[in-house]
Amino acid sequence: MSFTIATPANPHAAALHQAKRNSVVLTTRHDRASRSGIWVGLFAITMSFAAFSSALFVREGTTDWTHIVLPSVLYLNTSILLASSATLEVARRLLAASWPFASRGAHRAGAWVFLTLLLGLAFCVGQFAAWRDLRAQGIYLATSPNSSFFYLLTLIHALHVFAGIAALVYLAGRLTAGHSALRRSLFENTAIYWHFMSVLWVYLFLLCRMKL
Amino acid sequence: MVTIVGSAAVLERGDPMAEGSVEQAHVQAPPEGFLRRYVFSLDHKVIGKQYYGLALASVFTGMLLSWLMRIHLVWPAARIPGLELLSKGGAPGGIITPEYYLSLLTMHGTLMVFFVLTNAPFAAFGNYFLPIQIGAEDMAFPRFNMMSFWTTFAAWLVLMLAFFIPDGPPISGWTSYAPLSAVGRDAGPGMEYGMSLWGISIALFCIGSLLGALNFIATTLDLRARGMTLMRMPLSTWAWFITSCIALLAFAVLLPACILLILDRHAGTSFFIPAGLVISDRVQPHAGGSPLLWQHLFWFFGHPEVYIAILPSMGIISHILVNSLRKPLLSHKVVIYSMMSIGFLSYMVWGHHMFLSGMNPTSALAFSFPTLTITIPATVLVLIWLGSLYGARIQINSASLFALGFISMFVAGGVSGFFLAQPSIDIYLHATYFVVGHFHMVMGVASLFGVFAGTYFWFSKMTGRMMDETLGKLHFWITFIGTYCIFMPFHYLGLIGNVRRYQSFVDDFMAPYIGWHKFITVCALLTGAGQLIFLYNLIYSRFKGKPAAENPWNATSLEWSIPSPPPWNNFGGKHPVVYHDPYQYGVKGSKGDFVMQDSPEQVIVSGD
Repeated sequence: MSFTIATPANPHAAALHQAKRNSVVLTTRHDRASRSGIWVGLFAITMSFAAFSSALFVREGTTDWTHIVLPSVLYLNTSILLASSATLEVARRLLAASWPFASRGAHRAGAWVFLTLLLGLAFCVGQFAAWRDLRAQGIYLATSPNSSFFYLLTLIHALHVFAGIAALVYLAGRLTAGHSALRRSLFENTAIYWHFMSVLWVYLFLLCRMKL
Repeated sequence: MVTIVGSAAVLERGDPMAEGSVEQAHVQAPPEGFLRRYVFSLDHKVIGKQYYGLALASVFTGMLLSWLMRIHLVWPAARIPGLELLSKGGAPGGIITPEYYLSLLTMHGTLMVFFVLTNAPFAAFGNYFLPIQIGAEDMAFPRFNMMSFWTTFAAWLVLMLAFFIPDGPPISGWTSYAPLSAVGRDAGPGMEYGMSLWGISIALFCIGSLLGALNFIATTLDLRARGMTLMRMPLSTWAWFITSCIALLAFAVLLPACILLILDRHAGTSFFIPAGLVISDRVQPHAGGSPLLWQHLFWFFGHPEVYIAILPSMGIISHILVNSLRKPLLSHKVVIYSMMSIGFLSYMVWGHHMFLSGMNPTSALAFSFPTLTITIPATVLVLIWLGSLYGARIQINSASLFALGFISMFVAGGVSGFFLAQPSIDIYLHATYFVVGHFHMVMGVASLFGVFAGTYFWFSKMTGRMMDETLGKLHFWITFIGTYCIFMPFHYLGLIGNVRRYQSFVDDFMAPYIGWHKFITVCALLTGAGQLIFLYNLIYSRFKGKPAAENPWNATSLEWSIPSPPPWNNFGGKHPVVYHDPYQYGVKGSKGDFVMQDSPEQVIVSGD
């Protein structure tokens, strides 16, 4: 079991302060490492999507590029994903405000995480609906370069969202069991990751929508 | 007269004892059970050794393939007993077909670049020594670390599988240029399934490398011991850290490229295949793609990959050289900044692989300039190594010989880079043996010299036994002379116009120069056989070598402050405190002419 109270502002001083107060085992260095880890990971993901984007720009410059009309359900999906980011942020703030004493805060945060989870799943279902919509129009992966990129980018984004959903399932379970079973850094990092997925989706959506 | 240049009282981050005592309570149980200890181990040291073992298996396989290629080049009708068992179609009756020569070439390049030059100096030694050199108990994410190795191992298995399928390994070379790599069966033997295995293997390799790089970066940033500031990290750690930053960017681009390639091959998309392409008398059912796109994506990875191979070796040999010189390098910081500049510039030069690809000639000039610029930090490094040698009483042993050999290879192979970096000269030299000689020396053998140096230096720490020095020196001289005998003639053959990847020169205009090829082949066979000495030394010393002391080289960095081999938690549950810069040599210490990084004693330099 481990506790952590490191705040991004001054992790070291806060850690030592807490050490004196609680005299518990601290894993602050590892918490800082996982914070670095999540940013480094997001950097790698950004780089991958930058590579896909540059491939898209090159491909868009060739002669056979045709624009497809994107399914309108995508607007709904975008709103759902952005809403899920908002609900997770509510949970994060509730937890931050109640940490490390109240367990009621943890339960309320857990409820918001659960809501985020549902919204995340709804987003995935919505993306699937968008694919079915395109299929119904006879637009498949290999139909046109535009459709190739649309299917590919949405699929790879969805795979990343699934990783986030797995983390949310874990967090929701832990929060229901009470905050003491939770590493706060894990929660913070999941929130960063999830927000990133929202931003990434907005970018990808615009990328697929725009007509150069 | 006595001058005090360092003080034990200087600590950068808070009171060491407060944090140390708190963290000492954090005790984990040692791993139990055979699987957890030796197979799916979370211990960075075991994972490092696993990477080393994988690199060792790959390097000997790759060497065997190069032997087969060299034999085929000069004696095309030679029968290789038993080869027909591996591939009925590729070597009927044990005689290598032209296509199978290309298969061997592809597998040689892929194994060597990915599974040897990336794995051995970076993943193997980096995993083993980076956490120890910064005073950490393990990597930041041990589970990712384990996944990283096993993903890489899966990648290796998938690649090796290509040897055993009826289709055989792909014939596209390690760069797998589109569109031939993207169209499938029509592109020749090995291109239907073998090529797909290649794509899957490299995609897996990317994932493994990304996990590894992420771990290295987070570990270096956040798990350093008290007092271990960034500038107090040994040069080897710096090199691994910079390399992991490069690898993170590079493999994050190669992975999408492999995904696009696999989709083109199996899902009917056209990312890389242009319209109206006729291959093997068949119009390809794709349209609109850009073969140049693959080259851009591949070389955006591919050139940084060159530095992923060489930078760790630069760090390793710097680390070893300082120890053998018994005095610091001319500048610790300039070495670090030079390696950083190389890492940064490595992203601006990928187009120099594509001068003749049909790319705009103006962009060729734009890529030529940073390519020539990158020689500046490389030259600075060489000058620092050579300048530090001046006036030093270097201790000659196998490790320092290979470190010196590295400099020799790096300079000899690097000089030809000046020629290739200029588009006007590259038009003539492109795709000749000049290029092959260049990169084999500067990236391949130089990097391997770093691995050899690291092995002779750190073997005692990794196993608790010393390697045999006589065999080590013999191994060095055979390898050193052999390498020059093999790759120097490559340059001359390239200047004559000897094109790479041709499977035979017997009936061509190259016929008068077949003697050179025969000489190279004989040298390659002998030098390769010389590597068996190394293998023997490795295995013999592992079991029968002289027991090693904790610090046999009188070295200063943290890995020498713990037992050989280190316990599973490196520092026995304690957290070391660092008081000094990494290379306090040539000083008056309590143990001799050096002061270890974790020694609280004051550093006293004697002068006159």
